[in-house]
Amino acid sequence: MAEPNSAPVQHSARRTVGVALAVCLVCSLFVTSAAVTLRPIQIANQVKERQRVLVELAGLTALGLSIESAYRLFDVRMVELASGNFVDDQDTERFDITKAAKDEAQSTALTREEDIAQIQRKPKYLPVYLIHNEAGKLETLILPIYGHGLWSTLYGFIALEGDLRTVKGLRFYQHAETPGLGGEVDNPRWLTSWEGKVIFDEAWQPRIELIRGSVGSATPDSQHKVDGLSGATMTTRGVDNLLKFWFGENGFGPFLLRLREERS
Amino acid sequence: MAQSVRKILFTPVVNENPITLQVLGICSALAVTSKVSTALTMCIALTLVVACSSMLISLIRHYIPTNIRIIIQMTIAASLVIVVDQFLRAFAYEVSRELSVFVSLIVTNCIVMGRAEAFAMKNPPWPSFLDGLGNGLGYSAILLIVGIIRELFGSGSLLGVTILPLIRDGGWYEPNGLLLLPPSAFFLIGLIIWGVRSWKTNQVEQPEFRIQQTHNPTEIIR
Repeated sequence: MAEPNSAPVQHSARRTVGVALAVCLVCSLFVTSAAVTLRPIQIANQVKERQRVLVELAGLTALGLSIESAYRLFDVRMVELASGNFVDDQDTERFDITKAAKDEAQSTALTREEDIAQIQRKPKYLPVYLIHNEAGKLETLILPIYGHGLWSTLYGFIALEGDLRTVKGLRFYQHAETPGLGGEVDNPRWLTSWEGKVIFDEAWQPRIELIRGSVGSATPDSQHKVDGLSGATMTTRGVDNLLKFWFGENGFGPFLLRLREERS
Repeated sequence: MAQSVRKILFTPVVNENPITLQVLGICSALAVTSKVSTALTMCIALTLVVACSSMLISLIRHYIPTNIRIIIQMTIAASLVIVVDQFLRAFAYEVSRELSVFVSLIVTNCIVMGRAEAFAMKNPPWPSFLDGLGNGLGYSAILLIVGIIRELFGSGSLLGVTILPLIRDGGWYEPNGLLLLPPSAFFLIGLIIWGVRSWKTNQVEQPEFRIQQTHNPTEIIR
């Protein structure tokens, strides 16, 4: 392959290692500098995307406002998960779930039995998004939820009606599941099938379940059941587990209990 | 010189098209062509990656030890792909979400490695750059043809602008749902290959084997 007039390529081990290291060094510098310089713009995009998802979940798009001004209609409050109380000394705007979950002071480790959503550590505080009507009654409550699927952690929001048990909508804003299989968590038709499902049973125990096949009107307890994603068993299980976790005792259980008690 | 530039740049568009002649890069061609906007982004991304990786590999071709050349080619291509992906996430967030993993999968696109191995390792940087650009354009041409057909007849629009008003929106056009599914791209690419090879008959491949005749019809009659 070497051209006749060029020096023959030496095949010594030292040379091979040297060239490999040099190429790796240059490539890694190139990749890191691109990643670091573009990061602020990417984060701004993600924040915008999250706001858009929240606004759409709450059904605020019908008002014809821009995403930013519609987002300002939300009453964003920080919740201490363990007690279920609002805390006001935390910044909700710059809150980052992944950062908080890594921070020793901001999160608690979960034991294996507790950790059904496979998130290892859970944040102590999480922001929730509330919409009240003119009479001051809670109309929509949006909770952040996340958990591990097959390849990645799925980050999303679930919107509840004012009765705190009926689903208004579910959306994931970040995941890296297989496109066409687990990636179908973004399928609008599947997401619509969540509307009107009931998370809690009469005794206020979390009862939501993803099942194999499809849920028809003949399925018993169809209000608690949603179709699993075909061909994506692990992602389906992940979504099922993360809902069980976040609506359970370690998740938003205490917070939802407090809201129910205050209402009655 | 101008003659050879044109030759290197445009031969891969029709005469040596990576998709229709070599049948490479089919996977991404199926996945991203349901809309013109995603197809276009993918075309730009792939063309940039092939052109730049060919040029860079050609620049250091005398220094690459032959026993690790594939790894080095792949490292360079992968770095470029990550950078392109980062740029898309910063400046074309919506499209990058739709393309999801397919941008990162450019690394495994045979066109990139094929051009690096077949051309860039033996030629100077400038022709290698042009060769990469030309192959990128050849890939883009097919992707855009397929993308235009799929979006126009599958959703009645081009780049999101309605061209054929759909019945469900009060128009007259009933969209062809098959065109939104990946297999339709297979049919379209197959038809394009058939068309190109009927026009340029020297692209027709010789059959590699003949089917053995098990029964000789004249013998049975006898």
